[in-house]
Amino acid sequence: MAERLLEVRDLKVRFATEDGVVRAVDGVSFELERGKVLGIVGESGSGKSVTAMTLMGLTRGINARFEGEVLYKGVDLLQVSDREMQAYRGKELGMIFQDPMTSLNPVYRIGEQIVEAIQAHERVDKRAARARTIELLRQVGIPNPETRVDDFPHQFSGGMRQRAMIAMALSCNPSILIADEPTTALDVTIQAQIVELIARLKDDFDSAVIFITHDLGVIADIADEILVMYAGRIVERATKRDLFYDPQHPYTWGLLGSIPRLDRPRPDRLHTIEGSPPSLINLPQGCTFRPRCPHAFEQCLQEPELEQRVETPGHLDRCWRDVEYKREHRDETISGGTAQAA
Amino acid sequence: MGAFLVRRVIGMILVLLAVSFIVYLIFIIIPGGDPAQRIAGKVATASNIAAIRKKLGLDQPFIVQWFDMMKALFTAKLVSYYDGTNVVGQIEQGLPATFSLCIGAGIIWLFFGILVGTISAVTAGRFSDRMITGLALVGISLPVAWLGLILRYLFAENGVGSWFPDGGYVPLTQDPVQWFYHLLLPWLTLAVLFIGFYGRVLRSNILDTINEDFVRTAKAKGLSTRRILIKHVLRASLIPIVTLFGLDFASVLGGGAIITETVYTLHGVGYYAYQAIGNIDLPPLMGVTLYGAMFIVVFSTLVDIAYAYLDPRIRLS
Amino acid sequence: MATTGQEEFTLDTSAELAVEEGRRGGIQGRSPWALAARRLRRNYVALAFLAVFLLVVVCCLLAPVYSSHVSHLGENETNPGGVIVEHGKRIHVISQGHTTIVNGVPNVVPGGVPIGPQWGAAGGQYILGADELGRDVATRLLYGGRNSLFVGVVSAAICTALSVVLALVAGYFGGVVDWIITRLFDLIWAFPVVLLGIALGTALTINGFHHFGINISGQSLWIPTAVISYVFIPYIGRPLRGQVLALRQREFIEAAVAQGAGAVRIMFSELLPNIASSVLVLFTLIVANTILTEAGLSFLGAGVQPPNPSWGTMIAEGQSKLADDPWLSLFPGIAIAITVLSLNVFGDGLRDALDPRAKVRIEHP
Repeated sequence: MAERLLEVRDLKVRFATEDGVVRAVDGVSFELERGKVLGIVGESGSGKSVTAMTLMGLTRGINARFEGEVLYKGVDLLQVSDREMQAYRGKELGMIFQDPMTSLNPVYRIGEQIVEAIQAHERVDKRAARARTIELLRQVGIPNPETRVDDFPHQFSGGMRQRAMIAMALSCNPSILIADEPTTALDVTIQAQIVELIARLKDDFDSAVIFITHDLGVIADIADEILVMYAGRIVERATKRDLFYDPQHPYTWGLLGSIPRLDRPRPDRLHTIEGSPPSLINLPQGCTFRPRCPHAFEQCLQEPELEQRVETPGHLDRCWRDVEYKREHRDETISGGTAQAA
Repeated sequence: MGAFLVRRVIGMILVLLAVSFIVYLIFIIIPGGDPAQRIAGKVATASNIAAIRKKLGLDQPFIVQWFDMMKALFTAKLVSYYDGTNVVGQIEQGLPATFSLCIGAGIIWLFFGILVGTISAVTAGRFSDRMITGLALVGISLPVAWLGLILRYLFAENGVGSWFPDGGYVPLTQDPVQWFYHLLLPWLTLAVLFIGFYGRVLRSNILDTINEDFVRTAKAKGLSTRRILIKHVLRASLIPIVTLFGLDFASVLGGGAIITETVYTLHGVGYYAYQAIGNIDLPPLMGVTLYGAMFIVVFSTLVDIAYAYLDPRIRLS
Repeated sequence: MATTGQEEFTLDTSAELAVEEGRRGGIQGRSPWALAARRLRRNYVALAFLAVFLLVVVCCLLAPVYSSHVSHLGENETNPGGVIVEHGKRIHVISQGHTTIVNGVPNVVPGGVPIGPQWGAAGGQYILGADELGRDVATRLLYGGRNSLFVGVVSAAICTALSVVLALVAGYFGGVVDWIITRLFDLIWAFPVVLLGIALGTALTINGFHHFGINISGQSLWIPTAVISYVFIPYIGRPLRGQVLALRQREFIEAAVAQGAGAVRIMFSELLPNIASSVLVLFTLIVANTILTEAGLSFLGAGVQPPNPSWGTMIAEGQSKLADDPWLSLFPGIAIAITVLSLNVFGDGLRDALDPRAKVRIEHP
């Protein structure tokens, strides 16, 4: 069993706003081992980004309240002071963000920004840091790193900027790399390259990865385990294989249905999930997905727990329907409403 | 960058030409009536009026008029008919006082404005922030003339406390200590308004910048709060301040400090203009207005160029 | 899809419940104006200062109604030889000179010093003191306020209206039109505000303005009003033009153009409502600046002309008497400060309410 790096227990994050208290994350638990890739999938507002940023302590503020535990190598990061967190950020946990253009400071050179990251945590002189930076840029696949290290962010293309961000995040050998929608702002062709790069680097640096996205298709290759989040909670959790072949939650079916797939009959139209996400201030009664669920029934007025209902251990879901019903009816949703399957 | 520079300089020259035309419009055309008589001022004599008409070409088509007037101004031949003094010469005499006032005040307001703005932004929402914001609001609401008078009344020799001289300018070369001493109250008067304003602008910029993505990245890298503040947040937030300062500084150097100079009887360029108003003497006003506009145009071009240099996206194109 | 057996919940009832839920607890849409009004209502400080400003305006506007009843003097009525009764004693409004004996040596104390603020003691007369002509300062303060507020508010209104039109035209048409208007802004911007104000102010007060069939005397209040409204055009025009340019690219404008809507309609029905909140905030803040500018110009003699009182001219009148009669300059300045401060605080509150993350701000003179 690989080293358990991260253990999140019943994490809750609430924000006070002028309209009321927003329950952005409402009881999330998971574990992460070295060398593994955890995918977190969900729509905007599902709480996936807030979860990730909370791990780094980036959501702290006057209006934020936290409950639960975030145990990194045994230390509860929620209790660590902001000043002490500086030692964890970049060094133990690295993070990359969605838009590499705005995430890099436009007036400093790429090399300078990476050197800054290195020198924040290690006692090396500028020359050594610069040499390491060039090597990092080479590792992430940037051609001519010796010259490009002195370029400004606007001189890089979108894909290269993201590679540079990855280099920066990995520069101090963190144990965990958190990637928050790293491919969303990129062209489809580049997306695949970046995902591949992350997978390769994970092995090279022997770290774990948390990959956040709204698109199941993006992590279909590299994820080991996937969490599906909705309205601040995990609604399904399974290994990649189980999720794709035996999904148990109607929301997951909706997500799967909206990916174009080669191994299913082509539907007349891609399935969309009706309705919009609920207000995180006034959550619906009972199951939070009920208002949009085509399979809701009267038990759904009661809140379901995240439990294992199938035979496979480790595969949890939050839906009252019994497993047989699900296996019988999910194809309707996934294939976009036609009665016949392949 | 080179092409950019050339374009800006050409633009600057064009604007200066246009500015001189506007000055001409303001003083000759807009008021209507007989400009020669107007310029001759209070002690107009018929021969004076005729002489003016000839020198400024006021009986010529207006392009020629404009050209002649500009020639008179730039060749330092424009004369005040009120007291026969040469306008450009008088402006030159006023420069030391104006420069002393403005440079000193400028340093003070830039330093304190940045200090105050940074403190209030970093402690946003807490007592120090509220107090600074309140004081800044009061600071920008005070009429400058009144503030000057109050300070004189409270602190200067003829008033309640007698710690400072009551106005007047002592040249630096004559007596540095007195020079400094005489300028303290005027510096304070001129700076208060700007400190309040700059503090507010900087506070707002900083609070906006803190929400930028690249600041989030800096935090995620584990940089110290101080480093993030200085190297990332302030570096971005100060740029608009620098631009603003360039323009404001040019504005006061160009005679915009007229009220402060008047209240403290500092014989600078602004004071010269003030006296001209009282005497309804137009040539000095024309001269000072043009002089002030030139300052701003030149400075704003310099600021634009500096800005472009500071932003690598433009510099390297 | 139809479901079998156990459920009483069909898709239909589920959908109904969803609608119910949406009404009760979902995300409710509210118009931005309603949201802004709510935020503003909660901002007690801003509302309090708005009340102060309105109070000042009302007091000044109504001055002709009540002021002479209280002070027994008109605003320009001089009273150099007047006498007031206080605690049974008769006091000259302007002191007469007299001679005292100090250590056996005659000492002449010059006259000509007007009395200071009486507050309530003289039954409403000379509440805030007298000036060297025996005029009542409080009365003049109110009348001066009428003039200062007139110039300030009207010039701000004219300036805002002109700037809005220019910004809309420049932003909508773009190209050459935009270039011309931007150069116009640049040219006004090139002059220090005060200098431009005194240049125009002085030039126009000599003869007045007699062109295009309009005839305004040099003494009229409209001269400083027009001058100040002109001078501030770029301060409003530039930020608005930037906003209009940005809006111009948006799809709803392209859609309107495609539908064949004319330029005027697009500018006023589509673009204008979207910049309305900026206009409102800018207007409030510019009034604060115009009042200060009027005070400055009048102080220098290039604004409101005597005998019309204004807060600025009153400060100037008190300048030479500062040591002996500080109240002459003190009270008009306090009046200005209170008025402008109220506008600034309210303007801040308005901006916060309309857009908590607003990026529109004014560059001051």
